[in-house]
Amino acid sequence: MQDQTDPAPASTPASTPASAPVLLDAAAGRPLHPAALEVLDAALARGWADPRALHRAGRDARLLLENAREVVAGSLGVRRDEVRFTSPVDAVQRGLLGLARARLDAGARDLVLAPVEHAHVRHAASWWAQVHGGSVHEAPVGRDGRVDLDALERLARAPGTAAVALQLANHEIGTTQPVGAVALPESVDLFVDGSASLGLLDLPREGWAAAAGHATSWGGPGGVGVLLVRHGARWLNPFPGDPGPQDAGGALPDAPLALAAAAALRGTLAERAGVDARRRRLVDRIRATAATLPDVDLVGDPDDRLPHLLTFSCLYLPGDALVRELDRHGFAVASGSACTASTLEPSHVLAAVGALTHGNVRVSLAPEVTDDDVERLCHVLPDVVARLRAEVGL
Amino acid sequence: MSDGAPEVTSGGMGGTTGSGAALPEPALELDCRGLPCPRPVIELARHLGDVAPGEVLAVVAEDPAARADVPAWARMRAQEYLGEDVAVDGVARYLVRRRD
Repeated sequence: MQDQTDPAPASTPASTPASAPVLLDAAAGRPLHPAALEVLDAALARGWADPRALHRAGRDARLLLENAREVVAGSLGVRRDEVRFTSPVDAVQRGLLGLARARLDAGARDLVLAPVEHAHVRHAASWWAQVHGGSVHEAPVGRDGRVDLDALERLARAPGTAAVALQLANHEIGTTQPVGAVALPESVDLFVDGSASLGLLDLPREGWAAAAGHATSWGGPGGVGVLLVRHGARWLNPFPGDPGPQDAGGALPDAPLALAAAAALRGTLAERAGVDARRRRLVDRIRATAATLPDVDLVGDPDDRLPHLLTFSCLYLPGDALVRELDRHGFAVASGSACTASTLEPSHVLAAVGALTHGNVRVSLAPEVTDDDVERLCHVLPDVVARLRAEVGL
Repeated sequence: MSDGAPEVTSGGMGGTTGSGAALPEPALELDCRGLPCPRPVIELARHLGDVAPGEVLAVVAEDPAARADVPAWARMRAQEYLGEDVAVDGVARYLVRRRD
Protein backbone atom coordinates (compact mmCIF):
# COMPACT_ATOMS: atom_id res chain seq x y z
CA MET A 1 0.00 0.00 0.00
CA GLN A 2 1.14 3.51 -0.69
CA ASP A 3 1.63 6.03 2.06
CA GLN A 4 -0.72 8.89 2.69
CA THR A 5 1.66 11.74 1.97
CA ASP A 6 0.87 14.04 -0.89
CA PRO A 7 2.29 12.36 -3.97
CA ALA A 8 0.91 14.82 -6.53
CA PRO A 9 3.60 15.66 -9.03
CA ALA A 10 4.04 19.23 -10.21
CA SER A 11 2.40 18.41 -13.53
CA THR A 12 -0.97 17.69 -11.91
CA PRO A 13 -1.56 20.47 -9.40
CA ALA A 14 -5.27 19.72 -9.05
CA SER A 15 -4.68 16.11 -8.10
CA THR A 16 -4.14 16.52 -4.38
CA PRO A 17 -5.77 13.49 -2.81
CA ALA A 18 -8.61 13.99 -0.38
CA SER A 19 -8.10 12.65 3.10
CA ALA A 20 -10.13 9.53 2.31
CA PRO A 21 -9.74 7.84 -1.07
CA VAL A 22 -12.60 8.26 -3.51
CA LEU A 23 -14.39 4.93 -3.66
CA LEU A 24 -14.45 3.90 -7.30
CA ASP A 25 -14.45 0.19 -6.47
CA ALA A 26 -17.91 0.01 -4.94
CA ALA A 27 -18.77 -3.12 -6.93
CA ALA A 28 -16.24 -5.04 -4.84
CA GLY A 29 -17.34 -3.64 -1.50
CA ARG A 30 -18.41 -0.45 0.22
CA PRO A 31 -19.23 0.79 3.68
CA LEU A 32 -22.60 -0.30 5.01
CA HIS A 33 -25.56 1.83 3.99
CA PRO A 34 -26.54 4.13 6.89
CA ALA A 35 -29.93 2.43 7.09
CA ALA A 36 -28.15 -0.88 7.79
CA LEU A 37 -25.96 0.67 10.46
CA GLU A 38 -29.04 2.14 12.06
CA VAL A 39 -30.70 -1.23 12.68
CA LEU A 40 -27.61 -3.36 13.21
CA ASP A 41 -26.87 -2.70 16.90
CA ALA A 42 -30.41 -3.35 18.03
CA ALA A 43 -30.67 -6.38 15.73
CA LEU A 44 -27.47 -7.86 17.11
CA ALA A 45 -28.71 -7.35 20.66
CA ARG A 46 -32.05 -8.94 19.93
CA GLY A 47 -31.56 -11.46 17.13
CA TRP A 48 -28.66 -13.61 18.25
CA ALA A 49 -30.58 -16.79 18.97
CA ASP A 50 -31.43 -19.81 16.84
CA PRO A 51 -34.50 -18.63 14.93
CA ARG A 52 -36.01 -22.12 15.16
CA ALA A 53 -35.94 -22.17 18.95
CA LEU A 54 -39.27 -22.02 20.75
CA HIS A 55 -38.13 -19.77 23.58
CA ARG A 56 -38.45 -16.01 23.59
CA ALA A 57 -34.95 -15.28 22.24
CA GLY A 58 -35.62 -17.71 19.40
CA ARG A 59 -38.91 -16.01 18.65
CA ASP A 60 -37.15 -12.64 18.58
CA ALA A 61 -34.59 -13.89 16.07
CA ARG A 62 -37.36 -15.45 14.00
CA LEU A 63 -39.26 -12.18 14.02
CA LEU A 64 -36.22 -10.28 12.74
CA LEU A 65 -35.72 -12.83 10.01
CA GLU A 66 -39.35 -12.66 8.94
CA ASN A 67 -39.12 -8.88 8.95
CA ALA A 68 -36.03 -9.00 6.78
CA ARG A 69 -37.69 -11.43 4.40
CA GLU A 70 -40.77 -9.25 4.13
CA VAL A 71 -38.74 -6.12 3.36
CA VAL A 72 -36.58 -7.86 0.76
CA ALA A 73 -39.62 -9.45 -0.88
CA GLY A 74 -41.39 -6.12 -1.07
CA SER A 75 -38.29 -4.39 -2.39
CA LEU A 76 -37.65 -6.95 -5.10
CA GLY A 77 -41.28 -7.51 -6.05
CA VAL A 78 -41.46 -11.17 -5.06
CA ARG A 79 -43.43 -13.16 -2.48
CA ARG A 80 -42.16 -13.44 1.04
CA ASP A 81 -41.94 -17.22 0.83
CA GLU A 82 -39.70 -16.88 -2.23
CA VAL A 83 -36.88 -15.21 -0.25
CA ARG A 84 -34.10 -17.09 1.56
CA PHE A 85 -30.97 -15.69 3.19
CA THR A 86 -27.73 -17.56 2.76
CA SER A 87 -24.15 -16.78 1.77
CA PRO A 88 -23.66 -14.99 -1.56
CA VAL A 89 -21.88 -17.91 -3.23
CA ASP A 90 -24.34 -20.43 -1.89
CA ALA A 91 -27.22 -18.38 -3.28
CA VAL A 92 -25.71 -18.64 -6.76
CA GLN A 93 -24.82 -22.32 -6.53
CA ARG A 94 -28.08 -23.39 -4.93
CA GLY A 95 -30.18 -21.22 -7.20
CA LEU A 96 -28.77 -22.55 -10.45
CA LEU A 97 -28.08 -26.12 -9.42
CA GLY A 98 -31.46 -26.50 -7.72
CA LEU A 99 -33.07 -25.98 -11.12
CA ALA A 100 -30.67 -28.50 -12.64
CA ARG A 101 -31.34 -30.98 -9.83
CA ALA A 102 -35.06 -30.84 -10.49
CA ARG A 103 -34.45 -32.01 -14.07
CA LEU A 104 -31.82 -34.62 -13.31
CA ASP A 105 -34.23 -37.51 -12.93
CA ALA A 106 -35.55 -36.75 -16.42
CA GLY A 107 -32.02 -37.27 -17.75
CA ALA A 108 -31.23 -33.60 -18.44
CA ARG A 109 -27.64 -32.93 -17.36
CA ASP A 110 -26.47 -30.02 -19.49
CA LEU A 111 -26.36 -26.36 -18.50
CA VAL A 112 -26.47 -23.35 -20.80
CA LEU A 113 -24.96 -19.99 -19.95
CA ALA A 114 -23.15 -16.97 -21.29
CA PRO A 115 -19.34 -16.92 -21.19
CA VAL A 116 -19.43 -13.64 -19.26
CA GLU A 117 -21.22 -15.13 -16.24
CA HIS A 118 -19.48 -14.71 -12.90
CA ALA A 119 -16.92 -17.36 -11.97
CA HIS A 120 -19.30 -18.59 -9.24
CA VAL A 121 -21.85 -19.48 -11.91
CA ARG A 122 -19.32 -21.00 -14.29
CA HIS A 123 -17.63 -23.03 -11.59
CA ALA A 124 -20.97 -24.29 -10.27
CA ALA A 125 -22.04 -25.30 -13.77
CA SER A 126 -18.73 -27.07 -14.52
CA TRP A 127 -18.86 -28.90 -11.23
CA TRP A 128 -22.42 -30.06 -11.83
CA ALA A 129 -21.66 -31.21 -15.36
CA GLN A 130 -18.59 -33.08 -14.18
CA VAL A 131 -20.34 -34.82 -11.30
CA HIS A 132 -23.37 -35.81 -13.37
CA GLY A 133 -21.72 -36.49 -16.71
CA GLY A 134 -23.24 -33.51 -18.46
CA SER A 135 -21.85 -30.58 -20.42
CA VAL A 136 -21.81 -26.81 -20.16
CA HIS A 137 -22.75 -24.97 -23.35
CA GLU A 138 -21.91 -21.31 -23.75
CA ALA A 139 -23.88 -19.02 -26.05
CA PRO A 140 -21.71 -16.42 -27.77
CA VAL A 141 -21.65 -12.78 -26.71
CA GLY A 142 -21.00 -9.71 -28.83
CA ARG A 143 -18.26 -7.14 -28.32
CA ASP A 144 -20.56 -5.32 -25.91
CA GLY A 145 -20.93 -8.50 -23.84
CA ARG A 146 -24.60 -9.03 -24.65
CA VAL A 147 -25.54 -12.63 -25.27
CA ASP A 148 -26.75 -13.85 -28.64
CA LEU A 149 -30.33 -14.55 -27.58
CA ASP A 150 -31.12 -16.78 -30.57
CA ALA A 151 -28.08 -18.92 -29.89
CA LEU A 152 -28.92 -19.12 -26.19
CA GLU A 153 -32.47 -20.21 -26.93
CA ARG A 154 -31.27 -22.75 -29.50
CA LEU A 155 -28.93 -24.30 -26.93
CA ALA A 156 -31.76 -24.29 -24.39
CA ARG A 157 -33.94 -26.33 -26.75
CA ALA A 158 -31.39 -29.16 -26.97
CA PRO A 159 -32.86 -32.28 -25.34
CA GLY A 160 -30.16 -32.59 -22.67
CA THR A 161 -30.52 -29.04 -21.33
CA ALA A 162 -31.55 -28.85 -17.69
CA ALA A 163 -31.36 -25.11 -16.98
CA VAL A 164 -30.11 -21.78 -18.31
CA ALA A 165 -28.14 -19.15 -16.38
CA LEU A 166 -27.96 -15.51 -17.33
CA GLN A 167 -26.85 -12.50 -15.32
CA LEU A 168 -28.93 -9.37 -14.93
CA ALA A 169 -25.83 -7.28 -15.57
CA ASN A 170 -22.13 -8.00 -15.78
CA HIS A 171 -19.98 -7.39 -12.71
CA GLU A 172 -16.94 -6.30 -14.74
CA ILE A 173 -18.24 -4.46 -17.78
CA GLY A 174 -21.73 -3.46 -16.65
CA THR A 175 -23.60 -4.69 -19.71
CA THR A 176 -27.15 -5.84 -19.00
CA GLN A 177 -28.59 -9.07 -20.36
CA PRO A 178 -32.11 -9.48 -21.75
CA VAL A 179 -33.17 -11.76 -18.89
CA GLY A 180 -36.84 -10.87 -19.31
CA ALA A 181 -36.85 -11.79 -23.00
CA VAL A 182 -35.47 -15.34 -22.94
CA ALA A 183 -37.93 -17.77 -24.55
CA LEU A 184 -37.34 -21.22 -23.10
CA PRO A 185 -38.97 -24.57 -23.72
CA GLU A 186 -41.53 -25.55 -21.12
CA SER A 187 -39.16 -28.02 -19.47
CA VAL A 188 -36.23 -25.62 -19.03
CA ASP A 189 -36.05 -22.85 -16.42
CA LEU A 190 -33.94 -19.72 -16.10
CA PHE A 191 -31.63 -18.80 -13.24
CA VAL A 192 -30.83 -15.09 -13.01
CA ASP A 193 -27.62 -14.01 -11.31
CA GLY A 194 -28.33 -10.61 -9.83
CA SER A 195 -25.26 -10.61 -7.59
CA ALA A 196 -23.80 -7.50 -9.20
CA SER A 197 -27.04 -5.68 -9.79
CA LEU A 198 -29.89 -6.13 -7.32
CA GLY A 199 -30.67 -2.75 -5.81
CA LEU A 200 -29.30 -1.11 -8.96
CA LEU A 201 -31.48 -2.72 -11.62
CA ASP A 202 -34.92 -4.30 -11.42
CA LEU A 203 -35.48 -8.01 -11.75
CA PRO A 204 -38.11 -8.73 -14.38
CA ARG A 205 -41.42 -9.80 -12.88
CA GLU A 206 -41.64 -12.96 -14.94
CA GLY A 207 -39.54 -15.36 -16.93
CA TRP A 208 -37.20 -16.76 -14.29
CA ALA A 209 -37.48 -19.55 -11.74
CA ALA A 210 -34.59 -18.80 -9.39
CA ALA A 211 -32.27 -15.86 -8.79
CA ALA A 212 -29.42 -14.84 -6.53
CA GLY A 213 -28.37 -11.54 -5.02
CA HIS A 214 -25.42 -10.27 -3.00
CA ALA A 215 -26.06 -7.60 -0.37
CA THR A 216 -22.83 -5.81 -1.35
CA SER A 217 -24.50 -4.56 -4.52
CA TRP A 218 -26.98 -2.52 -2.45
CA GLY A 219 -24.81 -1.55 0.51
CA GLY A 220 -25.69 -4.42 2.82
CA PRO A 221 -23.28 -6.68 4.73
CA GLY A 222 -20.88 -8.46 2.40
CA GLY A 223 -21.60 -11.90 3.81
CA VAL A 224 -25.32 -11.85 3.07
CA GLY A 225 -26.70 -13.49 -0.04
CA VAL A 226 -30.31 -13.75 -1.10
CA LEU A 227 -31.69 -16.79 -2.85
CA LEU A 228 -35.00 -16.34 -4.64
CA VAL A 229 -36.93 -19.41 -5.69
CA ARG A 230 -40.27 -18.71 -7.32
CA HIS A 231 -43.36 -20.15 -5.72
CA GLY A 232 -44.07 -23.53 -7.32
CA ALA A 233 -40.81 -23.54 -9.26
CA ARG A 234 -39.28 -26.87 -10.21
CA TRP A 235 -36.40 -26.62 -7.79
CA LEU A 236 -34.80 -29.27 -5.58
CA ASN A 237 -31.96 -28.76 -3.13
CA PRO A 238 -28.86 -29.91 -5.06
CA PHE A 239 -26.79 -30.33 -1.91
CA PRO A 240 -27.11 -32.50 1.22
CA GLY A 241 -30.12 -31.62 3.35
CA ASP A 242 -33.87 -31.31 2.99
CA PRO A 243 -35.05 -31.17 -0.60
CA GLY A 244 -36.99 -27.91 -0.27
CA PRO A 245 -35.70 -24.35 -0.34
CA GLN A 246 -36.40 -23.96 3.39
CA ASP A 247 -33.05 -25.62 3.95
CA ALA A 248 -31.28 -23.06 1.78
CA GLY A 249 -27.76 -22.49 2.93
CA GLY A 250 -27.68 -25.68 4.88
CA ALA A 251 -27.09 -23.50 7.90
CA LEU A 252 -29.14 -21.00 9.83
CA PRO A 253 -29.30 -17.52 8.37
CA ASP A 254 -27.84 -14.77 10.47
CA ALA A 255 -30.95 -12.84 11.45
CA PRO A 256 -29.30 -9.53 12.44
CA LEU A 257 -27.26 -9.35 9.26
CA ALA A 258 -30.28 -10.29 7.18
CA LEU A 259 -32.20 -7.43 8.74
CA ALA A 260 -29.33 -5.04 8.10
CA ALA A 261 -29.24 -6.20 4.47
CA ALA A 262 -32.97 -5.65 4.16
CA ALA A 263 -32.73 -2.15 5.62
CA ALA A 264 -29.90 -1.31 3.24
CA LEU A 265 -31.90 -2.55 0.28
CA ARG A 266 -34.92 -0.47 1.23
CA GLY A 267 -32.71 2.58 1.79
CA THR A 268 -30.87 2.12 -1.48
CA LEU A 269 -34.08 1.77 -3.47
CA ALA A 270 -35.59 4.84 -1.83
CA GLU A 271 -32.61 6.91 -2.96
CA ARG A 272 -32.03 5.17 -6.25
CA ALA A 273 -33.68 7.54 -8.71
CA GLY A 274 -31.53 10.50 -7.76
CA VAL A 275 -28.31 8.69 -6.95
CA ASP A 276 -28.28 6.54 -10.05
CA ALA A 277 -29.17 9.34 -12.46
CA ARG A 278 -26.15 11.20 -11.12
CA ARG A 279 -23.92 8.13 -11.31
CA ARG A 280 -25.00 7.44 -14.89
CA ARG A 281 -24.05 10.98 -15.81
CA LEU A 282 -20.70 10.73 -14.01
CA VAL A 283 -19.87 7.40 -15.65
CA ASP A 284 -20.66 9.00 -19.02
CA ARG A 285 -18.25 11.79 -18.10
CA ILE A 286 -15.45 9.33 -17.28
CA ARG A 287 -16.19 7.36 -20.42
CA ALA A 288 -15.92 10.51 -22.53
CA THR A 289 -12.56 11.31 -20.94
CA ALA A 290 -11.22 7.77 -21.42
CA ALA A 291 -12.39 7.90 -25.05
CA THR A 292 -10.10 10.86 -25.73
CA LEU A 293 -7.01 8.94 -24.61
CA PRO A 294 -4.93 7.21 -27.29
CA ASP A 295 -5.00 3.42 -27.49
CA VAL A 296 -7.73 2.92 -24.90
CA ASP A 297 -10.29 0.16 -25.33
CA LEU A 298 -13.68 1.07 -23.89
CA VAL A 299 -15.52 -2.05 -22.84
CA GLY A 300 -19.22 -2.77 -22.32
CA ASP A 301 -22.47 -1.25 -23.48
CA PRO A 302 -22.37 2.54 -23.05
CA ASP A 303 -26.10 2.79 -22.28
CA ASP A 304 -27.74 -0.47 -21.24
CA ARG A 305 -25.49 -1.08 -18.24
CA LEU A 306 -25.14 -0.87 -14.51
CA PRO A 307 -25.55 2.77 -13.51
CA HIS A 308 -22.29 3.10 -11.63
CA LEU A 309 -19.74 1.06 -13.55
CA LEU A 310 -17.28 1.56 -16.41
CA THR A 311 -14.39 -0.55 -17.67
CA PHE A 312 -11.60 0.39 -20.03
CA SER A 313 -8.19 -1.00 -20.93
CA CYS A 314 -5.03 0.96 -21.72
CA LEU A 315 -2.74 -0.58 -24.29
CA TYR A 316 0.81 -1.44 -23.13
CA LEU A 317 0.16 -0.69 -19.45
CA PRO A 318 0.14 -3.19 -16.58
CA GLY A 319 -3.17 -3.07 -14.73
CA ASP A 320 -1.49 -3.18 -11.32
CA ALA A 321 0.55 -0.06 -12.14
CA LEU A 322 -2.62 1.81 -13.06
CA VAL A 323 -4.35 0.73 -9.85
CA ARG A 324 -1.36 1.80 -7.72
CA GLU A 325 -0.90 5.08 -9.52
CA LEU A 326 -4.57 6.01 -9.18
CA ASP A 327 -4.48 4.93 -5.55
CA ARG A 328 -1.56 7.31 -5.03
CA HIS A 329 -3.80 10.06 -6.38
CA GLY A 330 -6.57 9.10 -3.97
CA PHE A 331 -8.76 6.93 -6.20
CA ALA A 332 -9.61 3.31 -5.36
CA VAL A 333 -10.23 1.40 -8.61
CA ALA A 334 -10.22 -2.27 -9.60
CA SER A 335 -8.62 -4.12 -12.49
CA GLY A 336 -9.43 -7.31 -14.37
CA SER A 337 -5.89 -7.64 -15.68
CA ALA A 338 -3.95 -10.82 -15.10
CA CYS A 339 -1.24 -9.10 -13.08
CA THR A 340 -3.84 -8.09 -10.48
CA ALA A 341 -5.33 -11.58 -10.17
CA SER A 342 -4.09 -14.27 -7.83
CA THR A 343 -4.31 -16.75 -10.69
CA LEU A 344 -2.31 -14.57 -13.13
CA GLU A 345 -5.06 -15.37 -15.62
CA PRO A 346 -6.73 -12.42 -17.31
CA SER A 347 -10.41 -11.73 -16.71
CA HIS A 348 -12.51 -14.29 -18.56
CA VAL A 349 -15.10 -11.58 -19.16
CA LEU A 350 -12.68 -9.25 -20.92
CA ALA A 351 -11.33 -12.14 -22.99
CA ALA A 352 -14.85 -13.32 -23.90
CA VAL A 353 -15.82 -9.94 -25.35
CA GLY A 354 -12.54 -9.60 -27.26
CA ALA A 355 -11.39 -6.70 -25.12
CA LEU A 356 -7.83 -5.90 -24.25
CA THR A 357 -7.19 -7.62 -20.92
CA HIS A 358 -4.06 -5.80 -19.80
CA GLY A 359 -4.04 -2.22 -18.58
CA ASN A 360 -7.57 -2.70 -17.36
CA VAL A 361 -9.33 -0.30 -15.02
CA ARG A 362 -12.78 -0.92 -13.59
CA VAL A 363 -14.42 2.08 -12.05
CA SER A 364 -17.58 1.57 -9.96
CA LEU A 365 -18.88 4.65 -8.18
CA ALA A 366 -20.03 4.53 -4.59
CA PRO A 367 -23.26 6.50 -4.05
CA GLU A 368 -21.33 9.25 -2.28
CA VAL A 369 -18.99 10.02 -5.18
CA THR A 370 -19.39 13.65 -6.17
CA ASP A 371 -19.07 15.64 -9.38
CA ASP A 372 -15.86 17.13 -7.97
CA ASP A 373 -14.38 13.68 -7.35
CA VAL A 374 -15.05 12.70 -10.94
CA GLU A 375 -13.71 15.96 -12.33
CA ARG A 376 -10.53 15.37 -10.39
CA LEU A 377 -10.27 11.83 -11.75
CA CYS A 378 -10.82 13.08 -15.29
CA HIS A 379 -8.06 15.63 -14.73
CA VAL A 380 -5.59 13.07 -13.38
CA LEU A 381 -6.30 10.12 -15.68
CA PRO A 382 -4.72 11.42 -18.92
CA ASP A 383 -1.50 12.29 -17.07
CA VAL A 384 -1.36 8.93 -15.30
CA VAL A 385 -1.78 7.05 -18.57
CA ALA A 386 0.72 9.28 -20.40
CA ARG A 387 3.32 8.96 -17.65
CA LEU A 388 3.07 5.17 -17.45
CA ARG A 389 3.19 4.95 -21.24
CA ALA A 390 6.36 7.03 -21.21
CA GLU A 391 7.93 4.51 -18.83
CA VAL A 392 7.13 1.75 -21.31
CA GLY A 393 8.57 3.86 -24.11
CA LEU A 394 5.48 3.65 -26.31
CA MET B 1 7.19 0.08 -12.76
CA SER B 2 10.62 -1.45 -12.64
CA ASP B 3 11.31 -3.57 -15.64
CA GLY B 4 13.62 -6.36 -14.74
CA ALA B 5 12.28 -8.84 -17.27
CA PRO B 6 14.76 -10.19 -19.78
CA GLU B 7 15.07 -8.49 -23.12
CA VAL B 8 13.17 -10.03 -25.94
CA THR B 9 15.28 -11.72 -28.55
CA SER B 10 14.35 -11.56 -32.18
CA GLY B 11 14.31 -15.05 -33.54
CA GLY B 12 15.33 -15.52 -37.12
CA MET B 13 12.95 -16.52 -39.86
CA GLY B 14 11.19 -19.72 -38.96
CA GLY B 15 13.58 -20.36 -36.08
CA THR B 16 11.22 -22.05 -33.70
CA THR B 17 8.11 -22.43 -35.76
CA GLY B 18 5.80 -25.31 -35.28
CA SER B 19 3.12 -27.04 -37.24
CA GLY B 20 0.78 -24.18 -38.17
CA ALA B 21 -1.18 -25.85 -40.89
CA ALA B 22 -2.84 -22.99 -42.73
CA LEU B 23 -0.90 -20.07 -41.28
CA PRO B 24 1.88 -18.38 -43.26
CA GLU B 25 5.51 -18.42 -42.15
CA PRO B 26 6.44 -15.20 -40.35
CA ALA B 27 9.16 -12.90 -41.59
CA LEU B 28 10.13 -12.31 -37.98
CA GLU B 29 9.39 -14.24 -34.82
CA LEU B 30 9.70 -12.71 -31.34
CA ASP B 31 10.61 -14.98 -28.48
CA CYS B 32 8.62 -13.71 -25.49
CA ARG B 33 8.72 -16.92 -23.48
CA GLY B 34 8.74 -16.12 -19.79
CA LEU B 35 7.78 -12.48 -20.23
CA PRO B 36 4.82 -11.32 -18.15
CA CYS B 37 1.75 -9.50 -19.44
CA PRO B 38 1.78 -7.01 -21.18
CA ARG B 39 5.37 -7.44 -22.40
CA PRO B 40 4.58 -9.71 -25.39
CA VAL B 41 2.24 -7.04 -26.80
CA ILE B 42 4.77 -4.30 -26.11
CA GLU B 43 7.42 -6.28 -28.02
CA LEU B 44 4.96 -6.78 -30.85
CA ALA B 45 4.43 -3.03 -31.07
CA ARG B 46 8.17 -2.31 -30.86
CA HIS B 47 9.03 -4.71 -33.65
CA LEU B 48 6.13 -4.13 -36.04
CA GLY B 49 8.32 -1.74 -38.00
CA ASP B 50 10.91 -4.49 -38.47
CA VAL B 51 8.74 -6.22 -41.03
CA ALA B 52 7.48 -4.74 -44.30
CA PRO B 53 3.78 -4.08 -44.92
CA GLY B 54 2.17 -7.34 -45.96
CA GLU B 55 4.72 -9.42 -44.05
CA VAL B 56 3.92 -11.51 -41.01
CA LEU B 57 5.22 -10.91 -37.50
CA ALA B 58 4.92 -13.68 -34.89
CA VAL B 59 5.21 -13.66 -31.13
CA VAL B 60 5.81 -16.77 -29.04
CA ALA B 61 4.47 -16.25 -25.53
CA GLU B 62 3.53 -18.28 -22.48
CA ASP B 63 1.65 -15.35 -20.95
CA PRO B 64 -2.00 -16.49 -20.94
CA ALA B 65 -3.19 -12.91 -21.54
CA ALA B 66 -1.51 -12.88 -24.95
CA ARG B 67 -4.25 -15.10 -26.35
CA ALA B 68 -6.76 -12.27 -25.84
CA ASP B 69 -4.40 -9.34 -26.09
CA VAL B 70 -2.63 -10.00 -29.38
CA PRO B 71 -5.94 -10.04 -31.32
CA ALA B 72 -7.16 -7.01 -29.30
CA TRP B 73 -3.93 -5.15 -30.07
CA ALA B 74 -4.31 -5.95 -33.78
CA ARG B 75 -7.88 -4.62 -33.73
CA MET B 76 -6.91 -1.42 -31.91
CA ARG B 77 -3.81 -0.79 -34.06
CA ALA B 78 -5.55 -1.73 -37.33
CA GLN B 79 -3.30 -4.71 -38.00
CA GLU B 80 -4.46 -8.13 -39.24
CA TYR B 81 -4.51 -10.91 -36.67
CA LEU B 82 -4.04 -14.22 -38.47
CA GLY B 83 -4.39 -16.74 -35.67
CA GLU B 84 -2.36 -18.93 -33.38
CA ASP B 85 -0.31 -22.08 -33.71
CA VAL B 86 2.43 -23.62 -31.57
CA ALA B 87 6.20 -23.44 -31.57
CA VAL B 88 8.19 -26.69 -31.59
CA ASP B 89 8.32 -26.68 -27.79
CA GLY B 90 4.54 -26.41 -27.58
CA VAL B 91 4.39 -22.75 -26.59
CA ALA B 92 1.66 -20.72 -28.26
CA ARG B 93 2.64 -18.56 -31.22
CA TYR B 94 0.46 -15.69 -32.43
CA LEU B 95 0.70 -14.30 -35.95
CA VAL B 96 -0.05 -10.79 -37.19
CA ARG B 97 0.22 -9.39 -40.73
CA ARG B 98 1.44 -5.81 -40.89
CA ARG B 99 -1.00 -3.62 -42.79
CA ASP B 100 0.45 -0.14 -42.91
